Amino acid sequence: MHSAQLEIQLIACLVAIACAIPGTFLVLRKMAMISDAISHAILPGLVVGFFITQDLNSPLLILLAALTGVITVILVEQIQKTGLVKEDTAIGLVFPALFSIGVIMIAKNANDVHLDVDAVLLGELAFAPFDRLTVGGTDIGPKSLWVIGAILTITIGLLIAFFKELKVSTFDAGLSASLGFSPAIIHYGLMSMASITTVGAFDAVGAILVVALMIAPAACAYLLTTDLKKMLGFAIFFGVFSAISGYWMAHWLDASIAGSITTMLGIVFLSIYLFAPSKGLIAVTYREKQQRIEVLLLTFLLHLKNHNEESERHVKHLNEHINWHKVKSKTVLDLALKNNMIIIDHKIVSLTKKGDEFTSKAINYIITNEDAQIEDMKEDFFLFRG
Amino acid sequence: MNLQDYFSLVFSDYTLRTITLGTAILGAVTGMLGSFAVLRKQSLLGDAISHAALPGIALAFLITGAKDTNTLLLGALVSGLLGTFWIRGIITKTHLKSDTALGLILSLFFGFGMLLLTFIQKQPNANQAGLDKYLFGQAATLVESDVWLMAIVTGICLFVMLLFWKEFKLLLFDADYTKTLGFNTKFIDVLITTFIVLAIVLGLQTVGVVLMSAMLLAPAAAARQWTNSLGTMVFLAAIFGAFSGVFGTAISASQNNLSTGPVIVIVASVFVVFSFIFSPGRGILFRQIRLISNRRDLELQKTLSFMYHIAETHEDISHPHTIKILNNFQGYTRKTLQKLVDKNYVTLDGSMWSLTKEGFETAANLYNQNFKKDA
Repeated sequence: MHSAQLEIQLIACLVAIACAIPGTFLVLRKMAMISDAISHAILPGLVVGFFITQDLNSPLLILLAALTGVITVILVEQIQKTGLVKEDTAIGLVFPALFSIGVIMIAKNANDVHLDVDAVLLGELAFAPFDRLTVGGTDIGPKSLWVIGAILTITIGLLIAFFKELKVSTFDAGLSASLGFSPAIIHYGLMSMASITTVGAFDAVGAILVVALMIAPAACAYLLTTDLKKMLGFAIFFGVFSAISGYWMAHWLDASIAGSITTMLGIVFLSIYLFAPSKGLIAVTYREKQQRIEVLLLTFLLHLKNHNEESERHVKHLNEHINWHKVKSKTVLDLALKNNMIIIDHKIVSLTKKGDEFTSKAINYIITNEDAQIEDMKEDFFLFRG
Repeated sequence: MNLQDYFSLVFSDYTLRTITLGTAILGAVTGMLGSFAVLRKQSLLGDAISHAALPGIALAFLITGAKDTNTLLLGALVSGLLGTFWIRGIITKTHLKSDTALGLILSLFFGFGMLLLTFIQKQPNANQAGLDKYLFGQAATLVESDVWLMAIVTGICLFVMLLFWKEFKLLLFDADYTKTLGFNTKFIDVLITTFIVLAIVLGLQTVGVVLMSAMLLAPAAAARQWTNSLGTMVFLAAIFGAFSGVFGTAISASQNNLSTGPVIVIVASVFVVFSFIFSPGRGILFRQIRLISNRRDLELQKTLSFMYHIAETHEDISHPHTIKILNNFQGYTRKTLQKLVDKNYVTLDGSMWSLTKEGFETAANLYNQNFKKDA
């Protein structure tokens, strides 16, 4: 591993961290698609900035492009305020229009602008180490490393300084307003930061893939925890992990680094989506299935309690009368037997003492809906754990 | 070539005719189906689907090695549908919200597609020059068979839409009611979504992955401003879409270096802006005019009631007063005074005004809703 490789991975990691922090808040504030809008809409700002500065890493260009991002947000909000269309439609209308303007500006000035739309969309991390920053004749590293490093420092500084405000305004805008923190200032601050990060990162990973780095790690983290600090930590971890593993995947496949990083993010998200404890697809499906069986069991026990006649308590009755399938009724019977709720004598089912008590309690709970009644039942049953 | 040349050539020149027809049909079908997307609050679904279609195109190319449009679009359709249903899975099965799900699928699929595209580029034998056009679209690559495909799909869409019109409409505005009536809402839902995906996939070749969502939204958002009826809206959206296609093609053909996709999007956006401002019912302009005229009416009534309170203190209600005393009162202008004269509430005599009997009575009952005749 030589120094260029190291530098690329370092840049990718910094970009991932810088994106994960605002991304976490965007996901929590249900504004994830705004990052998509910003990443497209900065294009005209970039082009204009490029005309002026002729340098993709100049701070002025970054500020101009970030300003376009903020303007996009304001434009979306203004359109939404007219009440003519919904918010998502407003987003969907604004950014393609701005992006189109950018594409046309590039096309019309193709000779003067060394700016390729593909590069804007994709970025080319592999070339980042070649554009170096020199101070007083000494080489102090790639330019984009310094740019993203500066952005990351600002982001972390702001995060630490305004963590409390961000937290309150994210989860309870009303409370935050009544405490005297203006949610609007926090909102536009976050939007500005997201814009600046997008612009700073587009050079490395491309405009669209910034969106992946913002949303995916945060979404993964959100499936694993509900604690904001932990969520930020997880998001940063997933971002960095995907950045490094994505780099080596690109190295191995000889393909776009940005594309590989996103693919890694996709794989990470897919596995968390499937396997996350308690919130993953498998856990949720399993829980739903358990709850379904428990409802069946309860129905069955209530039925037993209400009927003394043998015909109503015959095992076959489950299939014939209550219209359950064989497998289903067997599962329910087994579960009830295992919990000592019933005894089966010559195919006639009857409640045990425990089952009787349980059923009374359950009825009581259903009628009064008081949690205290079922505290001791929670151990055995998913259903009552909420 | 300027615009006039274009319009004289469009009927004779084969390429130009094909492209224009293609973009027009595309605009019509996306406008039509986009109306449903907008009304179902799935506006950004189009954006996500169009991005999610990219890996399908690349994979179709990798597997079959063919550059045949239909094969690639089939791949796009499959991966677009996959993306759509995954989005739905994320929203229903986890606590992630729809915006996060959309952004996730959009960026992850697109990134994967990019990985595949760059991977294909590096393959020694690959002739991948045709794949890039799906990013931004190239209307110029449309041939007659593509247009036929579009026309056929549009025809099917139209047929299905008319067949299920009642169900679509019902589901759109009251999903719970639809369910209680015994319709299979899941099926209708999947049907609409599938057709939206289909329309998006059709447009990829012309407008490209990145801008496709605007084709879906803009005509529908513009049409929404002119009507409150679903049928009219769908029809108008189709018209707006078709015109965006034709004008966009015309403008981009008459200039150098202009790709068709972005120009079509800009034209469609112009339609939207125009509709936002000038639509008579909901437009900003007319709403503002209504607001101002309502405000004027209020001011007029305020002036009248001010006069009434002065006249009240005199035995003769028509006792003249100087106009000057109205000056410290907001909302008084020469014009509003003239309006009151026109309504025969006030008479003017030089610099003096006096209330008429009619004006006095109206003013007395101004805030009495039961007695309102001057509404």
